[in-house]
Amino acid sequence: MNKKILSAVVGIAAVAGMGASAASAATLDDVKAKGFVQCGVSTGLAGFSAPNDAGDWSGIDVDLCRGIAAAVFGDATAVKFSPLSAKERFTALQSGEIDVLSRNTTWTMSRDTQLGLNFAGVNYYDGQGFMVRKSLGVNSALQLSGASVCVQTGTTTELNLTDYFKANDMTYNPVVFEKLEEVNAAYDANRCDVYTTDQSGLYSIRLGLSAPDEHMVLPEVISKEPLGPVVRQGDDQWFNIVKWVHNAMLNAEEMGITSANVDEMANSTDPNVMRLLGKEGTFGEGIGLGNDWAYNVIKEVGNYGEVFEANVGASTPLGIARGVNALWSKGGLQYAPPLR
Amino acid sequence: METLPTSIRYVRSEESPTMAPPVSTGGVGGWLKENLFASTRDTILTIVTALFLLWIIPPIIDWAFISAVWTGDSREACLGPGTGACWAFVEAKFGQFIYGRYPIEERWRVNLSGLLLIAGLVPIAIPSVPYKRENALYLLVVFPILAFILLTGQFGLEPVETALWGGLLVTLVVAIVGIVVSFPLGILLALGRRSEMPIVKMFSVIFIEFWRGVPLITVLFMSSVMLPLFLPDGVTFDKLLRALIGVALFSSAYMAEVIRGGLQAIPKGQYEAANAMALTFWQGTRLVIMPQALKLVIPGIVNTFIGLFKDTSLVLIIGLFDLLGIVQQNMNDQNWISPATPATGFVFAAFVFFIFCFGMSRYSAYMERRLDTGHKR
Repeated sequence: MNKKILSAVVGIAAVAGMGASAASAATLDDVKAKGFVQCGVSTGLAGFSAPNDAGDWSGIDVDLCRGIAAAVFGDATAVKFSPLSAKERFTALQSGEIDVLSRNTTWTMSRDTQLGLNFAGVNYYDGQGFMVRKSLGVNSALQLSGASVCVQTGTTTELNLTDYFKANDMTYNPVVFEKLEEVNAAYDANRCDVYTTDQSGLYSIRLGLSAPDEHMVLPEVISKEPLGPVVRQGDDQWFNIVKWVHNAMLNAEEMGITSANVDEMANSTDPNVMRLLGKEGTFGEGIGLGNDWAYNVIKEVGNYGEVFEANVGASTPLGIARGVNALWSKGGLQYAPPLR
Repeated sequence: METLPTSIRYVRSEESPTMAPPVSTGGVGGWLKENLFASTRDTILTIVTALFLLWIIPPIIDWAFISAVWTGDSREACLGPGTGACWAFVEAKFGQFIYGRYPIEERWRVNLSGLLLIAGLVPIAIPSVPYKRENALYLLVVFPILAFILLTGQFGLEPVETALWGGLLVTLVVAIVGIVVSFPLGILLALGRRSEMPIVKMFSVIFIEFWRGVPLITVLFMSSVMLPLFLPDGVTFDKLLRALIGVALFSSAYMAEVIRGGLQAIPKGQYEAANAMALTFWQGTRLVIMPQALKLVIPGIVNTFIGLFKDTSLVLIIGLFDLLGIVQQNMNDQNWISPATPATGFVFAAFVFFIFCFGMSRYSAYMERRLDTGHKR
């Protein structure tokens, strides 16, 4: 009897949940009606979404949201940010509290297929890497045999580490800790030679070490953590907008269009540039926006390379190398379909 | 009376001058001997403690003051070996720590609300100031309305959504609303639980046991993660409001049990005396029972308040940034990440929390002394 009631309640809850997630179909109309994009970001992750001294959000995840706002409204400031914890991020999207989730979220099959959500691209290819002291004289992870490695226990990081060393026939001494802070302290106190976690994390941890310049992140990436924006399933128009804002920023970088020279480039006779900037064709209409959608994104936010440099690149304290996030034409993975 | 010849009588016409106490019991030396070096064991303990303090205090002072960085506009200032606290970080982020992301040009409204609160709190906290009734009315009715208008932005003021609130502002809003709501609610629930009316009693018991039985984190989590899924589309409850309701209901259950403890301690004779005076139940409760019961449980009440004040940090998990939350968030600003930043931020947050909690604690101790009418041993 009780079980029946319980299963009925759960059933109703599930239906209610699905109803909520499937409901607001025309996100673009909703967004236009309220006048801003509601964007879910992290509660604070250096370079991706963190507040600056004035309290404004900055980071590459944040700039993607600004780009979406620029595409829809021609105004990159028409966006509001909801800081979300890892646990509430998907619910917030499903329930319609936010329009897009841009929160260093790894694209996995289960998330893509079982949560009623869609990943609209990859704006940062992350993956597990290694950080060592420069004094160790190592410049490849393959030279790490016999090293002691600091790692957080109970994570996939630990698993990947074991697999990588086994696959490459190397040995290591794990130095494991429960908490991230403990791992940081142990590595800083020289209790291990190597620190391993996701590369973007390594760069920000490096900043917190007592002598950041004495440490380097090795080039090898041993796991796949593609991070990207997420939208609700069942609204293809909004999905397309988010996907193509990211693609437009990549294409702009490939064509050499920056926020500084976009007005100049608008006079270009290159058909690719003309199509991207809305001088030829009606690509904006196809996604329910004006023809200058991509122009606005580039003008107000910049191309992908600019955003990367401004938030996490070599000129910032983080100083992350482009690496796998370089354009495909420069040996990286960032590849956008053409505008045709 | 027979008079005696004065020549053989000796009467001192003035008191003999008091002599100084022996050196071993008076003055600094005496105090030291009595309190620190009274026996061998005491002497050893004193020396060990002194050595411990000597060992622990200078590094703290060095870290917090001497080696600390007081000015600077980025992490560069706080780098380098031997750097102590990075107060420049607190300085740069101070506005955020207090107001969160409340728009800078509207922050006067927060300040004004704070002043209005102080203007009500100070006179009510000082016993000799008259007009207590009006003062309480102002604090419980007028001030909340004014603060609501000012903070959220009504009547032509620029609206500021609660998502932008943060820092100490959120800490105080959550704590004050929790305290103000939980106190009367707790009294009602405590009376309800002792009531002889079965429905009232059952409701109170269920309410109290339910809210005491679930962790606050669960309450907050349900309100932020589950509730939106059950609500019809487009209906969104304000996040802060959800947290406020959760915290208020939660703490009123605890408050009810504290106050019930006070009610239990009142002898039956007091109830009977109130009845014998032909007082109604509410009159008796208000005039005879409650004043005694509440006085008895001041420590418990303040305990609950302080606990509640500190529990406000839990709103972090539903994406609201109280003081601690916003400090932690700003530690992730890449312009300020340095080895000294986290410790500095946490010490600052701890210091602010300490000031408030210690203040509450001292005031309650003062009230206890003032209301002490001879029951104490």
